[in-house]
Amino acid sequence: MKAWIAFSSILMKDMRSYYLKPPNISWGLIFPVAWTLMFFLRSPVPVAVRDLLPGVMALSILFGTTSMLAVTITFERKNRSFERLLLAPISLNLLMLAKTSGAVLFGVFNAFVPVLFASFMITLSEVNWFMVLGSVLLIAVTSTFLGLFIAVSVSQVFEAQTFSNFFRFPMLFLCGLFIPLSELPVFIRPLSYALPLTYGVDILKTAINGDGVIAVSLNFLMLAAFSIFLFSYSTYNVNRKWIL
Amino acid sequence: MKIIEVKDLQKDFNGFTAVDRVSFHINRGEIFGFLGPNGAGKTTTINMLTGMARITGGRVKLMGEDYTGRPKKAQAMMGIVPDESNLYEELTGLENLIFCGALYGMDKEHRRARAARLLQQFGLEEAAERPFKAYSKGMKRKLTIAAGIIHEPEILFLDEPTTGIDVAFARQIRELIGELHRKGTTIFLTTHYIEEAERLCQRLAFIVRGKIVREGTVEELMKEAQGENIVNFTLGGDFSGAREEFARRFPGCSFKIGKTNSAVSVHSSSAIALFPLVKLFEENNLPVYEAKIVRPSLEEVFVKTTGIELQKMQEQKDRKGRKGGGTRS
Repeated sequence: MKAWIAFSSILMKDMRSYYLKPPNISWGLIFPVAWTLMFFLRSPVPVAVRDLLPGVMALSILFGTTSMLAVTITFERKNRSFERLLLAPISLNLLMLAKTSGAVLFGVFNAFVPVLFASFMITLSEVNWFMVLGSVLLIAVTSTFLGLFIAVSVSQVFEAQTFSNFFRFPMLFLCGLFIPLSELPVFIRPLSYALPLTYGVDILKTAINGDGVIAVSLNFLMLAAFSIFLFSYSTYNVNRKWIL
Repeated sequence: MKIIEVKDLQKDFNGFTAVDRVSFHINRGEIFGFLGPNGAGKTTTINMLTGMARITGGRVKLMGEDYTGRPKKAQAMMGIVPDESNLYEELTGLENLIFCGALYGMDKEHRRARAARLLQQFGLEEAAERPFKAYSKGMKRKLTIAAGIIHEPEILFLDEPTTGIDVAFARQIRELIGELHRKGTTIFLTTHYIEEAERLCQRLAFIVRGKIVREGTVEELMKEAQGENIVNFTLGGDFSGAREEFARRFPGCSFKIGKTNSAVSVHSSSAIALFPLVKLFEENNLPVYEAKIVRPSLEEVFVKTTGIELQKMQEQKDRKGRKGGGTRS
């Protein structure tokens, strides 16, 4: 019970202090619109909204979560308020889960903004919502834990932003969104399979359009594996680097 | 009853020993002080006890139970006030206290009531709804102390509580510490202000280069300096020419000239007879304007024990405090 009080308070504080701030909410709304417009404007052939939806959802989550978490944790580390959390009588795992839960919820919110826009333009009755929800949640969790991994690796806020891009942009171009996996050069393809977003985008493609290329169970398994690895490695590093 | 018992506590950083086998205990209800210069190992010791640093060697017992390597189990019993305020800038004073209470699992009603009470006790009611970032340095320190005791801990760790804040606030904070002590809170205080340590602490340890060089009650520590008797004279002329004669006539005394040649400090291991001294001053055309028997101070004990000049130590700390950076020692 006591742990739950601490967990929910950290989550609520982060939601209020960071994620529910007007600039972040507007980011969640503007980002998908900007991406959708970009696809429409840049594509030489007419693009279907349904084809765009998985990619825009995945990118909204990725961009919304990674840098937000990396920046907020680095910021709290810098002004030493994170130390207060480390001194609280709650386990490190629970503390890190509480810190990441806000970003996960923010990512899920970001994912459904393009869905809301799309619902005014196309029929979404054939979408497998159960699968969409599962994949959105897992993409948000993996992206957030990637943000955590970045936060633990840097010491300055600006480094968190730069380091986030080091991961996000390769994912953006290699996840099968712009170029289908089968059309990627053979020597780059293994790199693509080493990125979590590849599996997330593939589930969304299967759930929304039925054109994913990897088995759904393998996609879920890989995302779960990435999440566990990133979380474990990050908490190990927090313990090693921040508790001297 | 011993609240904390530390035995041979050691901390190494890449081959450098920051804390070197220190042993001490803190009794329930007392204020125990660590007095030492920058880099002495004060903050590192607190960090090891509170779980912010891993212990290289030694044992820590809290209320008789061994908590070595299990700080999470002990953190609920501790209140920690670091040398730099570490609350949330964007939250108000009240919100900060309520949040800190929640971190210790306090239920909503309880933490809200306790936060309101603490704001009143610390004279911060009017600033309760103001964001922490709008607080002055002294107010920030007060609120950080309040946050440290929101969950009514068994022991409160105060790391340099008055460093870098103005005199008036420092005084208020010392009064608050005294008040907490009177209410029964056990306090572990680190400081570089000797007056603060002398005024607040029942027992003290001098820590230098990671080692405790002296430990005891203030009275016990003072006794060590009482072996020497000192009388300071302010004279109406230059003493330097008469120094040799005085040394010859009073072989048991040493004569130290002060800031000016008319200020003389007479030191002796036995009682100093004033009349023969005053008579000789007069014979040398050195009228005595003032004679002051100097009682030994804790400062002297500290300087004598550690060889560290307190003024330099305080100046160094104050400079760092003013710059806004915390001092880690």
